[in-house]
Amino acid sequence: MSRPHESAELHVSGAALYTDDLALPAHTLHGAYGLSEVAHGRLCGLELEAARQARDVVDVLTAADVPGVNNYGGIVADDPIFADGEVHYAGQPLFLVVAHEREAARRAARLASARIEPLPAILDIRAAIAAESFVLPSKRLVRGDPDAELARAPQRLSGSVGMGGQDHFYLEGQVAVALPQEDGGMHLWSSTQHPSEVQHLVAAALGVASHAVSVSCRRMGGGFGGKESQPAMIACAAAVAARRSGRPVKIRLDRDIDMLATGKRHDFLADYDVGFDGDGRIRALSVMLASRCGYSADLSGPVSDRAVCHLDNAYFIPHVAIVSHRCRTNTVSNTAFRGFGGPQGMMVIEHILDDIARHLGCDPLAVRRVNLYGIGERNVTPYGQIVEDNILPDLLEQLASEADYAGRRRAVAEWNEREPVIKRGLALTPVKFGISFTKTSYNQAGALLQIYRDGTMLLNHGGTEMGQGLHTKVLDIVARELGVPNAWVRITATDTSKVPNTSATAASSGSDLNGKAAQDAARTLRERLAAFVRERDGVEIGPEDFDGGRVQIGANSIPFAELVEAAYRARISLSATGFYRTPKIHWDMDRLMGRPFYYFAYGAAIVEAAVDTLTGESRLLALDILHDVGHSLNPAIDIGQIEGGFMQGVGWLTSEQLYFDSDGALRTHAPSTYKIPTARDWPERAEVRLFGRPNPEETIYRSKAVGEPPLMLAIAALHAIRDAVAATPGGAGRPRLMAPAVPEAVLRAMGAVCELSEERSPLGDTMGTTSPDATEQTAFRLI
Amino acid sequence: MKQHVSSTVNGEQMEFLCEPDETLLEALRDRLNLTGTKEGCGTGDCGACSVLLDGTLVCSCLVFAPEIEGRELTTVEGIASPEALHPVQRKLLEHAALQCGICTPGVVVAAKALLDANPNPSEEETRYWLAGNLCRCTGYDKIIRAVLDAAAEMRGAAP
Repeated sequence: MSRPHESAELHVSGAALYTDDLALPAHTLHGAYGLSEVAHGRLCGLELEAARQARDVVDVLTAADVPGVNNYGGIVADDPIFADGEVHYAGQPLFLVVAHEREAARRAARLASARIEPLPAILDIRAAIAAESFVLPSKRLVRGDPDAELARAPQRLSGSVGMGGQDHFYLEGQVAVALPQEDGGMHLWSSTQHPSEVQHLVAAALGVASHAVSVSCRRMGGGFGGKESQPAMIACAAAVAARRSGRPVKIRLDRDIDMLATGKRHDFLADYDVGFDGDGRIRALSVMLASRCGYSADLSGPVSDRAVCHLDNAYFIPHVAIVSHRCRTNTVSNTAFRGFGGPQGMMVIEHILDDIARHLGCDPLAVRRVNLYGIGERNVTPYGQIVEDNILPDLLEQLASEADYAGRRRAVAEWNEREPVIKRGLALTPVKFGISFTKTSYNQAGALLQIYRDGTMLLNHGGTEMGQGLHTKVLDIVARELGVPNAWVRITATDTSKVPNTSATAASSGSDLNGKAAQDAARTLRERLAAFVRERDGVEIGPEDFDGGRVQIGANSIPFAELVEAAYRARISLSATGFYRTPKIHWDMDRLMGRPFYYFAYGAAIVEAAVDTLTGESRLLALDILHDVGHSLNPAIDIGQIEGGFMQGVGWLTSEQLYFDSDGALRTHAPSTYKIPTARDWPERAEVRLFGRPNPEETIYRSKAVGEPPLMLAIAALHAIRDAVAATPGGAGRPRLMAPAVPEAVLRAMGAVCELSEERSPLGDTMGTTSPDATEQTAFRLI
Repeated sequence: MKQHVSSTVNGEQMEFLCEPDETLLEALRDRLNLTGTKEGCGTGDCGACSVLLDGTLVCSCLVFAPEIEGRELTTVEGIASPEALHPVQRKLLEHAALQCGICTPGVVVAAKALLDANPNPSEEETRYWLAGNLCRCTGYDKIIRAVLDAAAEMRGAAP
């Protein structure tokens, strides 16, 4: 059995403390936001008097009350803590009511109002492109001569691919507590993947130096990227309120406010033009790739860069041109979400290959196979990185043969011949995901390890625990390096006072970076102890002599604690820092060229789905996953990441719909209308296995990152549904199935309903409009 | 005006004062310091605040605190005995059926309620019963396996 999560006993007994559970000083105040209901406008004034006069209210804060910089944007300073002068989206925080009780603050916030003079709002991607409304300059990546090769290609297709965004729906909403300290200091408990960024932004908002602010986070109730840049918004507001009142201030957003005010996964739209041969092998590809960034830059630059760098997914594209637009819209500023643009890039190429296969009338897997990166040839990505570690041809063939893709393909075809109402579909899609932050400087980590005189030790590192099991893995590494039982190593809250200038726990890099940093600290202390033994006893001891809580010194075995106590008395330092920076990587972010990734993580999934042609509902019947985590640090945790990532991807692509009305207001801002998967949505039969080949790069114990890559295995689910739709008369050919494939989208793709005139997709695209005569026929044909 | 409420919580007689419109969830967390019960949505859709009221599974965010007057309440803190975890808790741990852990208390309470009512649920019954407990991390399969395994063990232990 793999080692359980380090907090598992606390989790199951309800004793694990999240930020919202921390006992607060008696005089703590609570903050609640007032949000804009207008997507774009001039903020002419706020009527706050009624709120100020309400029972239990202590203070109401606006932009004018921020003593330092009114900004929580980490890369570009364009995210106001409170709207100032102009309102940029429906849901934007305008003011904060501070009261003795949380409910009192929330009620009082509803008594205030804003005078906003509406301005024209740009809400969708097409409108933004037409208006050239961008948060950042567009980028272009070109290799070879795509225009000439497109003209020369034996066959050519063009089309569009669209996909919606996704709310993180971390079950623990955003929460922060700000506790004023002496001499202008501020301590925060923040549910954040990025304590250092919260620290720096809070300091700027308060107008103090970074050393005056500290941030702690023991664990999050889910993060998924939604707690990378977004927590700074409420942490800054809480800190400003705490500074003004001199009292602790807590802000916990309720679900609706959280969904309205904070960023989500980017919707993307792509227009493609592809040239290929009779086998479906791509000769050239030209893509216009556009992301809906919302009103500000946030992380949209690197998200869009990663989308460009994953548009190839696992396939060699000899001649390619990608134009990437980062569209500015009057909607919430979209942000990091597991995969970080990678899933959207991959969705585009997988859709194109599926289109090619349907155009040629062959199995989509055959087209995927002929386009895979080669080994030793056809192995350079559009951005210039050589795919050195390509295990995908082996992995894919192993999965296809063990899960009997060919036999099931025939069975699905036979089923569809015979069954008029329920149609089935099958798809196999691969994943190749680049591991490292594309911004090279983020690929560093630190750790702090201290051994006490009884032999137990305290470990801190820069990574944060959001359920992914990072602390369990890092703790294991330290225990293994020093040869002690895990129970002797304790990890406490991630804290900017313990390890400074950390990167976000993101980009799947948590255990790669922090595991290596902690290993470095453990080895430093082990070598100090060995040097002490050499000097005292004249005996050389090595790593293998530290085992089972004892140390072998020549012929003698002594308890680890005894050696530690002796070292203490000999005045040996028993505290060490560790550090790691990822080797080999370099990246020119303007030209989009270099080696942004240390290595790739691979995987593949086969999904079989069924679609009800009368209702548009779909179900997953079977799932087979073979996924590469290198030499696993903890198989149970890794399989958990794979299953959970797949399911979260299935939610994104099939059931989770962010519906913005024509005024730009999000109308699906609670689980009553925003449907994440439930226990009933897991496939009826599922087989999830690890590929098990060690990482050829020298990562921590030859493992591979596992956080994000499995999410993209869910693309197989969407394509299985598309395959089923293609088996209906109205969906034959290249069905225009947009994600999420909610029942309405499936019905549209089957040509079974006509487009509602007012309804628009967030992409600004009509979603599968059908011709009137096609609509007339369908009702009868499907039955 | 605050109301006085007296009830049995996890087998212990408890009294507290609360607002008449305060939810049971708020009272548990803010007044009784029983923070194992979590708020995920506040609208009865996610199951993170599941508790047993006279043995019936309810969302504590949909119950007013004064409604528990004279009644018996079990929260996640009352599921384990002082000596050992409940089989559902132990199996969730053994099956690695938890990640961030914030839905876990609600799952524990809901699964216990299921097994109290039906010691031998089918997989489908288990999936339907737990469909009201949202988990954003796991994909649910390990949770279902853990609950079915706990059911089997409990049947074996008390034939």
